[in-house]
Amino acid sequence: MTEPKRIAMEVSIAISEAVRQCDADVISAYPITPQTHVVEHLAEIAAQGHLDCEFISVESEHSALSACIGSSAVGARTFTATASQGLALMVEIMYIASALRMPIVMAVANRALSAPINIWCDHSDAMLARDTGWIQYFVENGQEAYDMTLCSFRIAEDNRVMLPITLNFDGFTVSHVVESLVMLTDEQVREFLPPFAPLYRLDPKNPVSMGPVGIPEIYTEARKAHDEAILASRAVIDEVWADFGKRFGRHYQAVEHYRTEGAQTLLVGMGGLTESMRGAVDSLRDKGKKVGLIRLRLFRPFPHEDLRKALGDAGTVIVFDRCLSTGGPGGPVASEIRSALYNLPKRPAIVSFIGALGGRDVRTSQFAELIERSEAIAASGSIPDYEMVGVRE
Amino acid sequence: MKRHPTWKEFPLGCVVTTPGSAVLFETGDWRSFYPRTDEDKCIACGVCWVFCPDNSRRKVPRKVKRPGAMYADYFDFNFKYCKGCGICAAECPSCAITMIEEREK
Repeated sequence: MTEPKRIAMEVSIAISEAVRQCDADVISAYPITPQTHVVEHLAEIAAQGHLDCEFISVESEHSALSACIGSSAVGARTFTATASQGLALMVEIMYIASALRMPIVMAVANRALSAPINIWCDHSDAMLARDTGWIQYFVENGQEAYDMTLCSFRIAEDNRVMLPITLNFDGFTVSHVVESLVMLTDEQVREFLPPFAPLYRLDPKNPVSMGPVGIPEIYTEARKAHDEAILASRAVIDEVWADFGKRFGRHYQAVEHYRTEGAQTLLVGMGGLTESMRGAVDSLRDKGKKVGLIRLRLFRPFPHEDLRKALGDAGTVIVFDRCLSTGGPGGPVASEIRSALYNLPKRPAIVSFIGALGGRDVRTSQFAELIERSEAIAASGSIPDYEMVGVRE
Repeated sequence: MKRHPTWKEFPLGCVVTTPGSAVLFETGDWRSFYPRTDEDKCIACGVCWVFCPDNSRRKVPRKVKRPGAMYADYFDFNFKYCKGCGICAAECPSCAITMIEEREK
């Protein structure tokens, strides 16, 4: 086998190219920074005839996702993309898409929510959509964004799953960066991704009704069925990622370990910043400190058991969130990890930091400082619920 | 008691595979007011029949004598589905329909 060709490509463009290779039938999206390049490039691809698809221009994100539900319901492979306020506008329809079991794939270039208006990255938008019943994962770089786009259609459309997916990638710091990556050939993608064959589709020859009313005697069981479906999707996610690794040599897991051997202190992060966190772990390991990084790739379904295994034996766990649950218990990831570990007989001290909001930089050296400071916080025995880092007092 | 399905028995996304099955959903038991027609005032115009959102005002193929007309259609209610929304009473041009509380039936 010849070595695959490494190319330089903007990450947003790489996602669009992956969607073309997946042969999407319908794309409906509304442009919003920093996601715009994804749909802009797809519109170009479609206009040039490189993808035989229906590109539906709409007047809002609410309509974009509504159009996607319609197209997914007739059995068309469907893609959309958004960010921030656009995702917020979609939320109402997101609940419907997942409950109707429409395997739509949506790329979200994560961006802060207004006000104050801010176009830069944090994870507030994804956390707003946390309970919508979509599978959610966070990628770190361009290669992963490309690979995960390919995997997303296969996971979502698997008849054992039939759920929509949001693929979260950091706005600007991932979306707009030109990265070195390896693409698959169209032939390889065709072999990896079977055609979409839904169990039910809207078809006048075989009429069905989708989206009926759920009276009190029905609604609870409907929600239970949805919850069980997303929990059961985990097995398929693992299976598809394992198959991707076997075929193409790039391996993905729900929870990723970096230099965690014998680590007393573990830093937990999500999204593109984990690359800087690796640098911090490296510099502290060089000084002989027993620290490691746990990267959370899969956020929904939440990998409780993996995290209990990964974090249960640590002395201190530091969770870095790029989202503030205003007036709440701390960062959303930190509070979920706290609740995942709470019933363990022996549990680590958990320090919740919130930062890198609205595109604020957190450097490798700052992560190293946070790790060192956390050890002191944990040793003090008085751990605050959370701390917002880098705030000017 | 009607047996409802367990969560495991739900089809994917609660899809309904039997066309026209809404007929099995008897919305009449939601009713707290029922419509009563004063046959002397009814001019058999059919406005109630047109406006009824549940098709529970029915045109019955029986001709009866009406004021201003020798014979006209007769309308009755299908109480299996009538929710008692009162649209027929509100729309009736001759105020022939009155909404009566169920307990006064």
